[in-house]
Amino acid sequence: MTTPLALPFPADTTPGGFLLVLAILVPIIGILLIWTLGSRRTELVALTTLAIGAAIALAILTELTGTGSAVIYLVGGWRPPLGLALRADGLSVVLIVLTAIVIGAVGIFAKGQFGYDPDAPEKRAPTVFWTLLLGISGALNLIFLGDDLFNLFVAIELVTFTAVPLVCLDGKAETMRAALRYLLFALLGSVMYLLGVALIYSGYGTLDIALLKSVARVEPLLFIAIALMTVGLLAKTALFPLHIWLPAAHAGAPAAASAVLSALVVKGSFFIILRLWFDILPAEATGLGAQMLAGLGALAILFGSVIAICQARLKLLIAYSTVAQIGYLFLMFPLATGSEATPAFASIAWTGGILQLASHAFAKAAMFLAAGLVYDAFGHDRISGLAGAGRVIPITFIAFGLGGMSLMGLPPSGGFSAKWLMLNASVGEGQWWWAAVILCGGLLAAGYVFRVLVPAMARPLARIKVKGPVSRRRELVALALAIMALLIGFVPLEPAPLLGIGRGAEAGLLVPGGLAP
Amino acid sequence: MTETAFFDTLLVVTMIGLAIWMIVVRDVFAAIIGFMAFGLLLSLVWLRIEAPDVGLTEIAVGGGATGVMLLRARGLASAGDAMNAVPSVPFRVLVGVLAGAVALFLGALVVFPPAVAPTLAPLAAEHLASTGVGNPITAVLMAYRAFDTFLETVVVLLALIGVWSLTPDGAWGARPRVASADVPAPLLLLAQWLVPLGIVIGIYITWVGADEPGGKFQGATILAAMWMLVMMAGLRSAPALSSRRLRIALVVGPAIFIAIGVSGFHFAGAFLAYPDGLAKPLILAIEAGLLISIAAMLGMLLAGPPLEGDRP
Repeated sequence: MTTPLALPFPADTTPGGFLLVLAILVPIIGILLIWTLGSRRTELVALTTLAIGAAIALAILTELTGTGSAVIYLVGGWRPPLGLALRADGLSVVLIVLTAIVIGAVGIFAKGQFGYDPDAPEKRAPTVFWTLLLGISGALNLIFLGDDLFNLFVAIELVTFTAVPLVCLDGKAETMRAALRYLLFALLGSVMYLLGVALIYSGYGTLDIALLKSVARVEPLLFIAIALMTVGLLAKTALFPLHIWLPAAHAGAPAAASAVLSALVVKGSFFIILRLWFDILPAEATGLGAQMLAGLGALAILFGSVIAICQARLKLLIAYSTVAQIGYLFLMFPLATGSEATPAFASIAWTGGILQLASHAFAKAAMFLAAGLVYDAFGHDRISGLAGAGRVIPITFIAFGLGGMSLMGLPPSGGFSAKWLMLNASVGEGQWWWAAVILCGGLLAAGYVFRVLVPAMARPLARIKVKGPVSRRRELVALALAIMALLIGFVPLEPAPLLGIGRGAEAGLLVPGGLAP
Repeated sequence: MTETAFFDTLLVVTMIGLAIWMIVVRDVFAAIIGFMAFGLLLSLVWLRIEAPDVGLTEIAVGGGATGVMLLRARGLASAGDAMNAVPSVPFRVLVGVLAGAVALFLGALVVFPPAVAPTLAPLAAEHLASTGVGNPITAVLMAYRAFDTFLETVVVLLALIGVWSLTPDGAWGARPRVASADVPAPLLLLAQWLVPLGIVIGIYITWVGADEPGGKFQGATILAAMWMLVMMAGLRSAPALSSRRLRIALVVGPAIFIAIGVSGFHFAGAFLAYPDGLAKPLILAIEAGLLISIAAMLGMLLAGPPLEGDRP
C-alpha cells in the first residue's frame, strides 16, 4: 500500500498573517540590537521590544476575534507540504497573549536588577538576562504559532538554549549543576522528538500538522513516532517521574527567571504534546495512552504536593508546587474527549485545562517574584525564619497568598474555575477517580501555602531581621500577576468560544478525512 | 558478494566494532579519537546512501567540530571537579536500556517497513527553477524552508551566548584563552600550512553549495576549525568578548537574512520570498553573511568562555 502525498495546505495567507511573523521576528531583532548597541541601551531595547511584542500579541487577538477564523501565514509564499505555515487559532492566541503579559511583567520587575548600570561598561548578568528573556518570548511565540513539526523542533531548541543559561545566571557551582542536569534532560528530549519527526516524515512525507491530520493512520509507525516525541517532550515539561531536574533548576534561578521558567517554559513543550495528541493522533487511538498520561499527572499532583509541604526553603516549595500543578494539565487527555456532536476543544475539560495553564502561569509567576522579594528583604528564604515576615512586606505576602489561593482552587480564582470544570468533566465522563485526585491535590496545596502564610502573618515572638528595603514597583508587579490569576476565574464556567476559533469544521482542515479527495 | 556489498559490510562491521570500543575503552582521550573516527566512517555511510550533503556535514560537525569540543572539555576538566565524576552503574544501565529500546524500535521499523513512503523530492525539484539554485537541498534550506535556516542560526547564536554566560563576572569582555603555554612544533607547522588551504576549501564548499553538495554550514565549520587551529597554535589570540568587530561578525548574517526577508514583504509578496530573477543573488548574499557569522559563532563556541583570572 502506498501512502498518498498529502494535498497542499488548504488555506492562504490571511490579511493579518504578517503579524505572526513579526511576533517571532521582533524579539530576535531586539537580541541583535542588544549585542551591537552596547550596554548603555540594553534595558531600553529589551523593554521596548517587549512592549512592541505585547502590542503585536493584542493585534493578533483583535484580528482573530474580528474575523472569527484562524490567522495564517505561508512563509516565503511556499505552501506546505513544501513550505512552512504559521497558524494562530483561539488557543494559540490565548497563549501568546498570556506569554506577552507574564514576560512583560517580569521585564518591569527585573528593570534595574543584576547590577545593571547604563553608564558602566557592559556586565555579564544583565546582558545575558535580557537577551535570554527576549529569546524565550520569541521561542514561545514560535511554539504557539508553528504548524510544522520540524519548525517546532527549532522552537524547542531555542527554548532550551534560552532557558538553561537562565538557571545558572548567578554563576555558582550549585546552580551550574542544576543547569547541566536540565540541559541533559532537555537535549535528550530534543533527540527523541527529532527521531519522531524523522519517522513521521518518512511515513507521510509531510510535517505540517494540519496536513498530517488528514493522512495519519492508526499504525505502528505513528504510535512509535508519537510515543518518542511525547516522552521527549515530557522530559522538557517535567511530568513525574521526569521532573527530577525541575526543582533545583527553578529554585536556583534568579526570581525573575524562575517566574518565566515555571510559568511559561514548561507549558511550551506541553502545548506541543497537546497538538500531537489532539491534532494529529486519530481520536480512536488515544484511549489507553490518555489514561497513562493522566495517571502520571495524578502521581505528579500527589507526589509534588507532599514533597512541597516538606521543603525548608520557600523557592524549593514553589518549585515542587510546579511539579504538582503540571500534573493537572495532563488530566485533559482522558477528560477532553470529543464526540460527534462536540469536538474535544468544545468540552469543559479543554477549557478547564487551558484555564489551569493560564491561572498557574499568573499565580506561579507572582509567587516566584514574591519569593525573590522575600530574599531581598531578609537575605534568605528559609521558611522557618519567616515568622512575622508578612508584617514587614505585606504586599509581597498578599501576592503570595492570592497566588496560593488559585493553586488551592479557592473561589474566586482561575484555579478554582479550572478545577471546578475538570471535576465536572470527570464526573460527567464517569471517571470519578480523577475527581478524587483533584480534591486531594487542592487540600495538599492548602497545606503548603498555609505552611508559609500562617507564620508569616502571625505576630512573631522575636522581631524578624530585615536586610534591605524592597522595591514597591516590584511588589506591585507580583501583586498584579496574582490579581490576574484571580480575575480569570470570572470567565463563564462553560466551554470558552474563543478557544474554538480556527479549530474543527469551520477551519476546514482539522477534520479527519476533511481533505480526502 | 559484489564489491559494494563487501565494502558496505566491512563499513558496518567496523563501525559497530568502533562503537563498542568507544563505550568500553577506559581512556577518555582514546574514546574521543574513536568518536571522531566514527564520524568520518558515518559520513561514508551517508555517501553510500547518496546523501553527500549530509555526509559533508557529518565530516565537518560530527567528525571535526564535536571532537575538538570534546577534547577542549577534557582539557579543562580537572580530576577533582565534581562535574567530572564517573556516572553511577545504575545510571549507566539506565542509559543503556534507553538506548537499546530506541534501537529496538528503529530495528523493528527496518524489519517491518511501513507502507511505501511518499517523498517531497519531485515537488522540490519542480520548483527548483524559480529559486535560481541548482542544488535542491540549498533550495529547501534557503527558499522553501528558509525560515528554519534563519532560526537555526539564531539557535547557534543563543548557544554561544549561553556558553558566554558561564564567564566569571570579573572576566566579562576578556579574550578566551585557547593556546597552551608551549605550542608543540607539529601543531604550529600544521597551522601554518593547512590553514590557507582550509580557508579556500571552506569558501569553495559554500560557493558550490548553490548548485552542488555543500553549503554555508559545512563551509563555516571548516573555517571555524581553521580559525581554531590558528588560535591553538598561538598565531592569533581569540578576540575579546567585547570586541566590536566580533559582535558585528556575529550578527551580520542574521541581520542580512532579516533585511532580505522583511523586504520580501514589499517586493515579493511574502516574508522570505525573493523577487523574480533576483533569487540567486539574494540567496548568495545571505549565504555570504551567514558564512561569516556561523564561522565566528562556531569558532568562539570552540574557544569557550574566558576563565577565572582573565581580565578584559
